[in-house]
Amino acid sequence: MTNHWVDIKNTDVVLIMGGNAAEAHPCGFKWVTEAKAHHRAKLIVVDPRYTRSASVADLYVPIRAGTDIAFLGGVINYLLANDAIQHEYVVNYTDFTFIVREDFSFQDGLYSGYDPAKGRYDKTSWDYERGKDGFVATDPTLKHPRCVYNLMKQHYARYTPELVERTCGSPREKFLEACKLLASTATPTRAATIMYALGWTQHSIGSQMIRTGAMVQLLLGNIGVSGGGMNALRGHSNIQGLTDLGLMANLLPGYLTLPNEAEQGYEDYIAARAPKPLRPNQLNYWQNYNKFFVSLMKAWWGDAATKENNWGYDYLPKLDKPYDMLAAYELMLNGKMNGYVCQGFNPLASAPNKAKMTAAFSKLKFMIVMDPLATETSEFWQNHGEFNDVDPEKIETEVIRLPTTCFAEEDGALVNSGRWLQWHWKGADPPGEARTDLEIMSDLYLKLRSLYQAEGGAYPDPVLKLAWPYAHSGEASAEELAREYSGRALEDLSDPKDPTKVIRKAGEQLAGFGELRDDGTTLSGCWIYCGAWTQAGNLMARRDNSDPTGIGQTLNWAWAWPANRRVMYNRASCDPAGRPYNPALKLIAWNGKSWGGADVPDYKVDEDPSENMGPFIMNPEGVARFFSRGGLVDGPFPEHYEPFESPLGYNPLHPNDSRAVQNPAARIYPDDRKALGKAEAFPCVATTYRLTEHFHFWTKHALLNAIVQPQQFVELGEVHAKELGVKAGEMVKVSSNRGSIKAVAVVTKRIRPLTIEGKPVHTVGVPIHWGFTGLTKGYLANTLTPVVGDANVQTPEYKCFLVKVERA
Amino acid sequence: MALQSLDIIRRSATKTPSPAARGPVPAEVAKLIDTSKCIGCKACQVACMEWNDLRDQVGTCDGTYNNPTDLTAQSWTVMRFAEYENPQGDLEWLIRKDGCMHCADPGCLKACPAPGAIVQYANGIVDFHEEHCIGCGYCIAGCPFNIPRISRRDHKAYKCTLCSDRVAVGLEPACVKACPTGAITFGTKERMKVDAEERIADLKSRGFEQAGLYDPIGVGGTHVMYVLHHADQPGLYSGLALNPHISRTVRLWKGVVKPLALGALALAALVGFFNYIVAGPKEVGPEDEEAARKEQEKAHG
Repeated sequence: MTNHWVDIKNTDVVLIMGGNAAEAHPCGFKWVTEAKAHHRAKLIVVDPRYTRSASVADLYVPIRAGTDIAFLGGVINYLLANDAIQHEYVVNYTDFTFIVREDFSFQDGLYSGYDPAKGRYDKTSWDYERGKDGFVATDPTLKHPRCVYNLMKQHYARYTPELVERTCGSPREKFLEACKLLASTATPTRAATIMYALGWTQHSIGSQMIRTGAMVQLLLGNIGVSGGGMNALRGHSNIQGLTDLGLMANLLPGYLTLPNEAEQGYEDYIAARAPKPLRPNQLNYWQNYNKFFVSLMKAWWGDAATKENNWGYDYLPKLDKPYDMLAAYELMLNGKMNGYVCQGFNPLASAPNKAKMTAAFSKLKFMIVMDPLATETSEFWQNHGEFNDVDPEKIETEVIRLPTTCFAEEDGALVNSGRWLQWHWKGADPPGEARTDLEIMSDLYLKLRSLYQAEGGAYPDPVLKLAWPYAHSGEASAEELAREYSGRALEDLSDPKDPTKVIRKAGEQLAGFGELRDDGTTLSGCWIYCGAWTQAGNLMARRDNSDPTGIGQTLNWAWAWPANRRVMYNRASCDPAGRPYNPALKLIAWNGKSWGGADVPDYKVDEDPSENMGPFIMNPEGVARFFSRGGLVDGPFPEHYEPFESPLGYNPLHPNDSRAVQNPAARIYPDDRKALGKAEAFPCVATTYRLTEHFHFWTKHALLNAIVQPQQFVELGEVHAKELGVKAGEMVKVSSNRGSIKAVAVVTKRIRPLTIEGKPVHTVGVPIHWGFTGLTKGYLANTLTPVVGDANVQTPEYKCFLVKVERA
Repeated sequence: MALQSLDIIRRSATKTPSPAARGPVPAEVAKLIDTSKCIGCKACQVACMEWNDLRDQVGTCDGTYNNPTDLTAQSWTVMRFAEYENPQGDLEWLIRKDGCMHCADPGCLKACPAPGAIVQYANGIVDFHEEHCIGCGYCIAGCPFNIPRISRRDHKAYKCTLCSDRVAVGLEPACVKACPTGAITFGTKERMKVDAEERIADLKSRGFEQAGLYDPIGVGGTHVMYVLHHADQPGLYSGLALNPHISRTVRLWKGVVKPLALGALALAALVGFFNYIVAGPKEVGPEDEEAARKEQEKAHG
């Protein structure tokens, strides 16, 4: 989230799209209820199904799964065509006035630089034009045909209400009603919030869907303000912490990135990540990349990270190819990855195309599963009748199950959607032989280290030299690791302005990432968490909920990254002179000498507003981007492409361009492409989702949850069910080109047939929570789903695929 | 369960005077369920099961979100989901938390023939004291909302206690504590009515012109009240009664007929007694023995 849960109470309009907050985030949803009850907020829900969120909405708009960019592009078109934008905001705080390179183009559904053989773009032309001073050329009059404003206007002019209606199936008057409500927040004193979740991420164009939402918010001046923002509802606890700490194959903690194979040189690696400012006098915060990186290396390798060995850069693996989840399973299937440590993850249930997963796991030599529960993954080789019909005799994979504690049986911090690190304390001893993940990992490391010590190896240094300063070497404690990721001074740190003054003594915890150095004198395991544990102690454990301004800014409750800031980009809540746009919800303001207020300023604290430093300090241009340059691999402006399994088989925006049906930059492996189904055989659009009563594949193991949602079901619209001759409560079989499941039919008015390009299309709802272990059993929903991910981050396309439904 | 420190003002099937020494008399309490804030998450159902140590069967899906599908002796509250297409053609999903309404004039208590099995406290809560329950099921017939259920395990009647054990020590009912959206609130009945007014005004401003409070007078008002978007059509909410009242049979039985019937019973006993005194015990003759033997043979066929 750019904002935080409590801040949602300050909003005037809530758009829930690509998520179902009431269903999946009922506790956080209380702030929507609060906004409605005491801030007269209006709630819009856009979803293929009339959901629990819709049940308390002022406006529900149906949409075909996977067409969110068409819808939001339509909103952008509406806002631009009706001039419902916050002018001062977009001109000063975004790239509206920036001029784009002449060789940039968009034709036949493709951006300039496309290589059809590789299925990739060369992004060189996706950039701003530079002036003679080396900075970006701009046109404050907005007349230049290639300024971002005009390009955007032209790009989205195609997204008419008529196109929205026939592409998304959203009735025109409902769509326009949503546009009007959103447009009402283009004034400085009103704000809209967008709440989204996996309904936007789990698409082959997921990243671009989220960008389109952000563009709507920027046009309305709703980013950085109280009651506004782009608010990702993080589901799995602690998934925000997972991303922050870089638990992805290509990430390092704090959104630093692993080098590629080509980046053997440390200087080149840093230079590529610490950009030069694109406009004069910009904070350009990523210029400090090296400080974050060196401090991380000191946390990992301690004294062994020296200037001579590039602070341990040489110890880091350099990526030869992507190792995302989908790539890893492809490698397993091809016998190129034969061991798997599966920690806190149930991929047989959670990854797409169960048949492929079973085949991939069957090729492994060994699989180690660390989990509090007996997961489906750990029993993938067992025959569980129709729910998991495998032949154990033909599977040779050795599976080792290491029972772990669950969150209530250990100390630590969980990071919520609002980026708050909230410390929690162990509530109970674990059962049986369960051990904490920290204990298991520590043990594993020590054993590996002794093996390397005894037997050597090709390159043992990164393992042997890892810093291991923990009091009990067999189990690093949560407190020790928290102090480490927050960070401390390794030597006395002097004031850069006055070298005679020591601002931090050696060994002291740092106050924040502003104190990090690139000379090896500081240590921090995750720079964005720096300041979570200071000399004052564990700030994550704070529980003071006083709210002095009454707008939900409880700065002494836990600790939020970055720098305990609760609303990101909050400089944009003030006009260029530093006066709050909405004084009733003032976050910060300029008092003539410094910035301050109800939040920690996201800005240089003593920067005079007249100096024109932009509010988006992480960007080298200091402003937010409508034109994302090379930020994403699939285009600088979001464009609607059909899901990989499309009921149309063509893109209504480019009906004659076969290369622009699906995201041209998405990766799909040949076998997975072959496994795609066509609308002739599988005419319905299915979408998977979660239910309030269950949490993923865990709570089917818990009696109370099993009681309140006891049996696997799928949801069919009344019209669809009538066509099939199915009554509520009867069994149906749902099949995709990859497999089929059987479940009870919930027949509902809440799913209506959509008219897409003149033809009726049925939506089928597939809740995910069942599997072959637990108190209530069923089929894994991912038996049905296709293996193709978002072009940028490879999140699988679980939200729209083709199925057929039959009586079972 | 009789563990409360709450003063009883009424007990079933008894005329024993209620305790009256303690004061001040507590205010009447109420639970306010705002259907316009409810998202049907069932946290209340789970909290109810946890607090009251109830575990229903892991059932089946009947093709709706209702689960368990009905109230049982193990499920004292359930969410009922109703899909309604309004006259504008828009869909509404009306979700109602069903359970005991804690009537001011409780039909269950009136109908109950077991002394002290059903009580009403000074704060308005209607509670079942199962140790006195004889499992006759009259409370079910007496309830205008079809709430009590007889347990198959012990043949006694169960229903929501409004967490009288929690309320007695100053806590809110478990469902109220668990509700994530604030759809269920608890306090004095007076306060809940004030809160309801604010909600009703909000709903009216959003086009629900018939929004209102459900506190039906037919049962003297209730200590569980609903804010409804369509207060004129409570039936839309999975058949919530429009004008609930205690059934005529129960009213007649407990009102006019019961004293008469009791009188008739007493008269019969008296006549029997005098008959015994005057005529002596009835003797069994050989014809009677023979008739009984034949009856028995017939029965065993």
